Amino acid sequence: MKTILSGQQLALTVKRLAHQILENNASLQDTVVIGLQPRGIFLSDRIVTELQSLVPGGKVVYGKLDITFYRDDVRKSLHIANSTDIPFSLENQHVILIDDVLYTGRTIRAALDALLAFGRPSKVSLCVLIDRRFSRELPIQPDFTGKTIDTIISQKVKVCWKERDEVDEVVLI
Amino acid sequence: MKLSTKHLLGIKDLTRDDIQLILTTAEQFKEVLQRPVKKVPSLRDITIVNLFYENSTRTRMSFELAERRLSADVLNFAATTSSAAKGETLLDTVNNILSMKVDMVVMRHSASGAPHFLAKHIPAAIVNAGDGINEHPTQALLDAFSMKEKLGKLEGLKVAIIGDIMHSRVALSNMYLLRKMGAEVTIAGPPTLIPKYIEEALDVRVEYNLKKALQWCDVANVLRIQLERQNQPLFSSLREYNLAYGINRRLLESLGKEIVIMHPGPINRGVELDSDVADGPFSIVLNQVENGVAVRMAVLYLLAGE
Repeated sequence: MKTILSGQQLALTVKRLAHQILENNASLQDTVVIGLQPRGIFLSDRIVTELQSLVPGGKVVYGKLDITFYRDDVRKSLHIANSTDIPFSLENQHVILIDDVLYTGRTIRAALDALLAFGRPSKVSLCVLIDRRFSRELPIQPDFTGKTIDTIISQKVKVCWKERDEVDEVVLI
Repeated sequence: MKLSTKHLLGIKDLTRDDIQLILTTAEQFKEVLQRPVKKVPSLRDITIVNLFYENSTRTRMSFELAERRLSADVLNFAATTSSAAKGETLLDTVNNILSMKVDMVVMRHSASGAPHFLAKHIPAAIVNAGDGINEHPTQALLDAFSMKEKLGKLEGLKVAIIGDIMHSRVALSNMYLLRKMGAEVTIAGPPTLIPKYIEEALDVRVEYNLKKALQWCDVANVLRIQLERQNQPLFSSLREYNLAYGINRRLLESLGKEIVIMHPGPINRGVELDSDVADGPFSIVLNQVENGVAVRMAVLYLLAGE
């Protein structure tokens, strides 16, 4: 087991990602943040809290998306759905999708499909904490990356959050 | 997590966990149905046939809509306009349909046990949409979903099931489900419409006095009088039934408490429910219909996964 990010590094990375998101769009005009259920939510919650303290007025439009019904492997394994909460239209909005680990890219493919059910975004950007860059099965790349790592398939990246696992850290198993 | 069964033949075969899984999955589908695009691609590689040997409005449309919202391909079969009218057997009909590569069968039949018979002989997953006087599992699931949505829980809930218990598959499925989920059930109706030994067999209470049953309950699930299944008179007239067991506004107001009124439809207005109750503030009849689509989506989705 190898530590990829310690608790302190994780906190700094979250801060940096929030600042990078604001770099090109300081007021988050026509921008919405969408966290991916279930595990992306821990990251998106923190980034949104950070953004709220940085944006004038503290107003960040934030939703949660579950992609279970859009998966391409329904017949292979049954996944339990989590709740989706997007009580606004994505029509002509810049959507910032947030997930914890980018691996094969299939989750993001499903998410892009799912987003269209809520309107046609003007742009979609992807923000991830960990990018396993050599494991992609689809042509999908992140726009904001916490840390890029090189891994082989037999390895597993575990992201721990204080809210659930009592400690903040990212480890490679 | 997956269901413990390959088919949905009746609530009798489901575990508590199965029921819980269907109800939580249905909540997610209910959210899908509020979206601007109310459709997900989950079952786009699945073909479903709706095999209806008995008339239906709500159930058939609800199943078809659920199937289409899941992107499944849908075939419809109605016995009256098919070769069943020329004498083809049920098994022959279904085997012919399956040879066209159909994955799931949703069926309604006037004979109790028809879907159980099919399940033994064909490889496709079967969903029972009502078999004779046996079970109507998706109705019980949507009733439970609606009760939970309205009152927040099933455990400890007091539910009165009122009317033609003898001929009602909705009643039987509801009794199985509610008892499994820890709700209390009282059956109310004329003695001729309540089967003997039902208290011992299904662990429910029986009450012949309508007002007492209503005073006791949180929810009254009122059933349709099924004249088409009664081959001998079991009460003297519909008017007399209405006087003794019909629910009207005046009766509800005399209870001194609010109860939720449910009905699986179609309503015999002026028989088991008067219009001032059916269309009144305590009725959640139309919510039941709305929830039916989400619940059926959950059932089809969960049965489609291998």
